[in-house]
Amino acid sequence: MGVSVSYTDKQKGLTRRQFLTYALGGTGAFMAVAAVGPLIPFAVDPLTRGTTETFSTVGTESEFNTSYPLAKDFTLKQKDGWIQVDNTYTAFIIKQQDGTYLAMSNICTHLGCAVSQQLGSDGKPTAFSNGIWFQCPCHGSQFSLTGVQTPVSPAQRPLDIFLTKVDSTGQVLVGSKKHQRTV
Amino acid sequence: MFKKTYDWIDERLNVTPLWRDVADHDVPAHVNPANQMSAFIYCFGGLTFLIVVTQILSGMFLAMYYVPDLYNAYTSVQYITKEVLLGNVVRGMHFWGASLVIIMMFLHMLRVFFTGSYKAPRDLNWVVGVLIFMVVMVFGFTGYLLPWDQKAYWATAVGTNIANTVPIIGPYVRTLLVGGDTLGAVTLTRFFAIHVFFLPAALLVLLGLHFLMIRKQGIAGPL
Ligand code: FES
Repeated sequence: MGVSVSYTDKQKGLTRRQFLTYALGGTGAFMAVAAVGPLIPFAVDPLTRGTTETFSTVGTESEFNTSYPLAKDFTLKQKDGWIQVDNTYTAFIIKQQDGTYLAMSNICTHLGCAVSQQLGSDGKPTAFSNGIWFQCPCHGSQFSLTGVQTPVSPAQRPLDIFLTKVDSTGQVLVGSKKHQRTV
Repeated sequence: MFKKTYDWIDERLNVTPLWRDVADHDVPAHVNPANQMSAFIYCFGGLTFLIVVTQILSGMFLAMYYVPDLYNAYTSVQYITKEVLLGNVVRGMHFWGASLVIIMMFLHMLRVFFTGSYKAPRDLNWVVGVLIFMVVMVFGFTGYLLPWDQKAYWATAVGTNIANTVPIIGPYVRTLLVGGDTLGAVTLTRFFAIHVFFLPAALLVLLGLHFLMIRKQGIAGPL
């Protein structure tokens, strides 16, 4: 700073050259903002869109119980820009002690294979052995009744869950977004 | 802050002479609107360039959402206009800017013509200007199809049929433009490619030459 002190710094107010620079710079900046201004919101538009949360009915309350998870397929509408897509998912749904529903994704949290259940001779889901209810065919991850992985499983977190709710007519609905659980 | 950053770079690269060469030149009195307001007609070329720059910018941003494909072109344009934040403004910039470029370019051409600035040795630059004119017209023709609505489709049907009427080579020109014998998927993709890749490249090269020549030869003298 010290060396550059010169005659312009001692002047009162603006010099002609400074004024012209500011006027020109200001006009240029104004024009640039006018042209580029609308482009920025246009580009960041996706930030203004929340995820499209939709729900889909998977059955009535009486179908589900607290002792075994029931596999249900359901379709959710997803808005992808100007395209509407129907995505099909599978969830294992079990009633919890507090009366709410737990809807677990069938996608293994290790590397994405589909985990399977075992059906007993009565056609109802049963456990494989000592508390293992889901097994992954790919690398053998095993999960409990509530989808928690066993310590020796390659999967490092419990099965992801979907939002659930019950409407006034007793229909159970499963919602769009998959949520991770940490245990 | 800005000054310090600039000085830091300048110390290392000595960039000042680079832009001084471009920016520092005398503006002859007869083209300076400060002396004589009617000299504003000498701004038309620069204004055309300014609009071309906004066209390039808005076009780049439109390409974030636009899809040049039979099934998605129209819906993606509708999405831009109706849903994207300020989408109608950005599309509007590109839409109105397109006409504005042609108007300004035409005014610029009239100015050059009536001031006799096209005469030798600047006749070569006039030729480049005419090439730019053609490139801009093709920009308009190819861009018109991209929204893929009724107006776009039928305008291109008419345009390509006009090409068809050229003696001998007409049918071949039409086939090349349309990319086959039906106006459809292939037409849309090739018009898109021409509009966003080929023409901008051609335009930038020609504009570069245009500006280089005017700097080399200087602005034509007063009437
Ligand atoms: S993907 Fe399921 S164990 Fe690897």
